[in-house]
Amino acid sequence: MTTTPAQDVQPKTRGQRFTGAAANYIDERTSISGLVKEVGRKIFPDHWSFMLGEVALYSFIVILLSGTFLTFFFEASMVEVHYEGSYAPLKGIEMSAAMASTLDISFDIRGGLLMRQIHHWAALLFVASIGLHMLRVYFTGAFRKPREINWFIGFVLFVLAMAEGFTGYSLPDDLLSGNGLRIIDGMVKGIPVIGTWISYLLFGGEFPGVDIVSRLYILHIMLLPAIIIAAIGIHMLLLVINKHTQFAGPGRTNDNVVGSPVMPGFAAKAGGFFFIIFGVITLIASTFSINPVWVYGPYDPSPVSAGTQPDWYIGFADGALRLVPPGWETEWFGFTWSFNIIAPLVILGLFIAIVAFYPFIEAWITGDKREHHIADRPRNAPTRTAIGAAGVTFYAVLWAAASSDLLATHFKLSIEGVIHSCQALLIFGPIIAYFITKRVCLGLQKKDREIALHGYESGRIVRLPHGEYIEVHEQLDDYELWKLVSYEDYKPLMVRPDAQGRITVGQRFRASVSRWFFEDRIAPVSQKEIEQSKDEHH
Amino acid sequence: MATKAARASRRSQPVGRRHPLATVALLLVGLLGTGGAYALFTSSATAETSASAEALVEEGGKLFAANCATCHGLDLEGTTQAPTLIGVGAAATDFQVGTGRMPLAISGPQAEQKPVQFTEEQIQALAVYVASQGPGPAIPADMYLTGEGYDVSNGAELFRINCAMCHNVAGAGGALTEGKFAPALADVTAKHAYEAMLTGPQNMPVFNDTNLTPEEKADIITYLKYLDETPSVGGFTLGSLGPVSEGLFIWIFGLGAIVAITVWLTAKSN
Repeated sequence: MTTTPAQDVQPKTRGQRFTGAAANYIDERTSISGLVKEVGRKIFPDHWSFMLGEVALYSFIVILLSGTFLTFFFEASMVEVHYEGSYAPLKGIEMSAAMASTLDISFDIRGGLLMRQIHHWAALLFVASIGLHMLRVYFTGAFRKPREINWFIGFVLFVLAMAEGFTGYSLPDDLLSGNGLRIIDGMVKGIPVIGTWISYLLFGGEFPGVDIVSRLYILHIMLLPAIIIAAIGIHMLLLVINKHTQFAGPGRTNDNVVGSPVMPGFAAKAGGFFFIIFGVITLIASTFSINPVWVYGPYDPSPVSAGTQPDWYIGFADGALRLVPPGWETEWFGFTWSFNIIAPLVILGLFIAIVAFYPFIEAWITGDKREHHIADRPRNAPTRTAIGAAGVTFYAVLWAAASSDLLATHFKLSIEGVIHSCQALLIFGPIIAYFITKRVCLGLQKKDREIALHGYESGRIVRLPHGEYIEVHEQLDDYELWKLVSYEDYKPLMVRPDAQGRITVGQRFRASVSRWFFEDRIAPVSQKEIEQSKDEHH
Repeated sequence: MATKAARASRRSQPVGRRHPLATVALLLVGLLGTGGAYALFTSSATAETSASAEALVEEGGKLFAANCATCHGLDLEGTTQAPTLIGVGAAATDFQVGTGRMPLAISGPQAEQKPVQFTEEQIQALAVYVASQGPGPAIPADMYLTGEGYDVSNGAELFRINCAMCHNVAGAGGALTEGKFAPALADVTAKHAYEAMLTGPQNMPVFNDTNLTPEEKADIITYLKYLDETPSVGGFTLGSLGPVSEGLFIWIFGLGAIVAITVWLTAKSN
């Protein structure tokens, strides 16, 4: 729904003639007008939550820019040197060239520390904004057909972002990053049969070896960014092809998109938004310290600092390791089976797989093959929202468990108490969250239904001639009403015999899952009901 | 100068009952008086201690009987409530009482720091008394406590290897089992830091002089002083807690600010 440009009847000025000729020259040689037509007419609806993906994209650009600066000065080598830079408490200390060059960037290269801090803060923001963007897409059902594949690509981007982060903070070869690598090494070695082989392959021998920093560096600055950029390209291409979702509203249907086109308004706005994001990151980076590697000192396998945690996005994995009960290790057939490693790996693997394939799972359960371009309000899909809340709770408990020691010191608790509470919460928290969320959603739907049918309480009390008091209910206008009543209603699938007259086990299973999904539901208000209630009130 | 100023003020102000500089003069007299008296008393106190250590032991004994003996026993032999103090030495007493950990306010996972209950002299008397009942580590000599002239990078390395496990690399503190914890080290005095290493209070291990020589302890103290006195180069440290506080910050303030901006950008103009 965009306005068509008015026909130009004025004689063209010289500038316009030049622009036209130049555009024609380029188009005749590149056929770019088709692309501009397709991409430039892409419509973006106005809603704040639709800008979260943009935040991720822009922080990625900030990461690329600041990272390029850092590569000019970083030395990805584990050659031993004696530090002779400006930071007094490390003078003369033996460390790797990687650590020494990181210290030089921080203390002896103009603007280096600011760039390091911009790079690191932007990385934290990058992954955080991806997380929030995913939550938005999930809770509004924006992953449904035709966008399942784009959800999956976005998920791959999230995993790649975590991998970028992890390889990045392992590079300075300080105590914290070395401890992080040691944990990864331990997890790899805990995989039965192949673990030790993989660990030796990764580190080029026994941990820590002298190769890991240069290997991670190549992954960090070449392979992973290349895949990320390619994936972002496909993600955005699909975004254009699939068109944007929008919330229900007047004039908005499943077949149109209401908003502003990329060219020219949105592009200008987005360009400005990029600089706002850059500004916010720079403001944070110039006022708040992040990862002061000089305090941690060079990596040495013997010390581990109290309060050693990974960056936030790896925290859930650290938390999973911390919550394993003691003694989960045994010996079978002459091999050690470290279930304290295998269990978290399997559980996290399952969790991540469910996130990755959720759109396909839900599509199978609902059996819905229609395209959906109207974003759901979370309350109108109670079971999905409840599953999401359970998943968020599960993740949040693991995340909190990663900081169990800080929770203990800062809230004056015993660390055993914190761990045991987190263990209980990891199992019961998601279940409680599921039921509470589902009930809240159904309650909100009932409320919506009530308002749609009978209007909302105005607080105006009127006394009728015969003495009765009534409260006047204000009716919604048609635009507001539309937002409350226009959502899809699903009914549980029925078990039906197929062409051979048989009922397969798969079908039975699907029907039972569908029942679980849609058994409790509040149907949207129908036209008939609205008319009926209007008759009652007049 | 004074007369010139006085003359100037006389010219500008009407003559009152009190000279304008009278307040300043009075303040000066008062300060000199109290300062002088304080110096006199404190110097006489130290003169006394050097003069008669016995009197100090006696005073310490009285303080001990009144404040400590309930739990530690009249002869320092200890009770079911508290350990014996025979052989703990002056350093341990000075640390425990000088940081306010003793007398214990409440029994819990460990003795916590609180406002100091005794004066410097009383603490000294207690330390001398405890030391007189059985030999133990003495209060460290001042030469190790200056935090100057020692090797700060060696101190930093020793700190990372020996102390950071519990106290965190930045000395921000950390959790131990069952509600016990290693306290933060910011603003701990050099003397108390040294005494803690020497005597191993609460759950801390003892770093005796063969484990960490006095010079090495002095190196560590130099590093602690460096941490205390050097402002953070990267900006606010968020408690020096590492990635946890950084992660919380980016979610709450970083992403919070950005979401606020997106809401503002997409708000309909009035």
